[in-house]
Amino acid sequence: MFAHDFVRNAYLAGTFIALGCGVVGWFVVLRGQLFAGDALTHVAFVGAVAAAVVGLDERVGLFVLTLAVAGGMGALGRRGQADDIVIGTVFAWILGIGVLLLAVLATSPNGGTGIAAANTLFGSIYSLTPGGSRLAAAIGLVVSAGVLLALRPLLLTTLDSELASVRGVPARALGVGFLALLAVVTAESTQAVGALLLLGLLAAPAGAAHQLTARPYRGLALSALIAVTAMWGGLALSYEIAALPPSSAIIGIAGAGYVAATLFARARRHR
Amino acid sequence: MTPTISPNPIEDLNALLTFPFMVNALEAGTIVAVLAAVVGWYMVLRRQTFAGHTLSVMAFPGAAGAALAGLPTTLGYYLACGGAALLMRGARSSPGLGSPGRGSGAETATIATVQTVGLAAGYLFLSLNHAVLGGTETLLFGTFLGVSRGQVLALLLVAIAALAVVALATRPLLLETIDPEVARARGLPVAALDLGFLLVLALAVAATSQITGALLVFALLVAPPAAAQQLTMRPGLGLVLSIVFALVVVWLGLGVAYFSIYPVGFYVTSFAFALYLAARLWHATARRCAGPRSA
Repeated sequence: MFAHDFVRNAYLAGTFIALGCGVVGWFVVLRGQLFAGDALTHVAFVGAVAAAVVGLDERVGLFVLTLAVAGGMGALGRRGQADDIVIGTVFAWILGIGVLLLAVLATSPNGGTGIAAANTLFGSIYSLTPGGSRLAAAIGLVVSAGVLLALRPLLLTTLDSELASVRGVPARALGVGFLALLAVVTAESTQAVGALLLLGLLAAPAGAAHQLTARPYRGLALSALIAVTAMWGGLALSYEIAALPPSSAIIGIAGAGYVAATLFARARRHR
Repeated sequence: MTPTISPNPIEDLNALLTFPFMVNALEAGTIVAVLAAVVGWYMVLRRQTFAGHTLSVMAFPGAAGAALAGLPTTLGYYLACGGAALLMRGARSSPGLGSPGRGSGAETATIATVQTVGLAAGYLFLSLNHAVLGGTETLLFGTFLGVSRGQVLALLLVAIAALAVVALATRPLLLETIDPEVARARGLPVAALDLGFLLVLALAVAATSQITGALLVFALLVAPPAAAQQLTMRPGLGLVLSIVFALVVVWLGLGVAYFSIYPVGFYVTSFAFALYLAARLWHATARRCAGPRSA
């Protein structure tokens, strides 16, 4: 299986994307920002379509739009967090713009198939180039390192904002910075698992880790481990079964992990 | 051919109503607007927008699964949305981290997992079925223009049923929404109310998404109620305002889209968003004018 270039590329990019999603996702769940993450993944889709309309590289659209929206959400909300109703209305509108852009794309001379849109929505990890997968791996590493570097202040602002402000931790800057990291992960991972399925990689491993342990270091490691396992298992499974798309397999395993963790936590409580 | 707009508004209105497909679309849009505005008003008040979004996305696996199994698409919508509501509610009773209840980390993690697993399943169904990719777009972003007579009737029945349930449960539902503790102390069946509301929301979403598509249901479900709640917190007035806003958004959106080459979804979401912004602006200026005594 590893004799094929496309499989090696997928594993390289997938491993580090999953690592980044697992680490960032743990904080996303802890901070209750999954809805913001969900909105960002949809924004990423619109960004990719917008880039296609203008004729730019899809990554430019992905990164510019997700970062811009993350900055906006951080600036508008209290403590660098956005209100769920604001998120809901803003992202419904951005999706509306996405629909408009799809229509523009369909009538424009430079290519108008639904395939580009479907790739952005559901990802195509097996079509990554060697350069693209190395870039994805580097971004995944940088993002994970960024979270680990800011780990203590980030934990403090998340768990006890009063104490953090007494200690002079810049809560707002950290909040915006964290949203920016989330935006980078989102933009990068969209190419691999797709805008619609990325949320699963952020939520399911992290949610499972939170069910199993409340200790931060162990939880972070567990979340990353589950995410990487789901990625590896999903890639292998979809390689063996041709009809199974890789994104569906990855999310399926991550979701099963979440269910197992929930059942385990419930059984442990009842004992 | 795109119809052109004339300077005479009466003539334009006549042009809008000549074709049966347009009449169907307007009728379906009106039903959907009323339903989404009422159910959405509770959803926004209950801070369940994320759950609402997840339910709306479930229309996609529902339709894809129904196509694979050879069932009617509409049935797929209702089954998938109802199933997702049950799954989300099933997880609600398990307190994980933080305080159990709406908006806690464990609950949102469950909702997000249900959402993506559903989407992944939908994508799998689609690829098993070797479906044409163009169909995905319609599924996700909808079309107002292919609504049949039968669909309008079915929509009407579903809307009446859902609205009747909400109307019957108004007082307990309001109390449970605003203060679950007091509701529990008074002996109201809090868990049943909660599940019931999620199921009604699922019903409304499944009905709406046949028209607006899975991803855009949200515009109708959130923006008009959120705008109404910026203006008033009184339930009766708020519900009426919410319905009026939703109707304006849908009628304007359909009307403008008829005379334009671009999709309805874009206009509906844009008008909805503009309305929400206007309401926020109004709220902010009203508060400033009222001065410190009401603050």
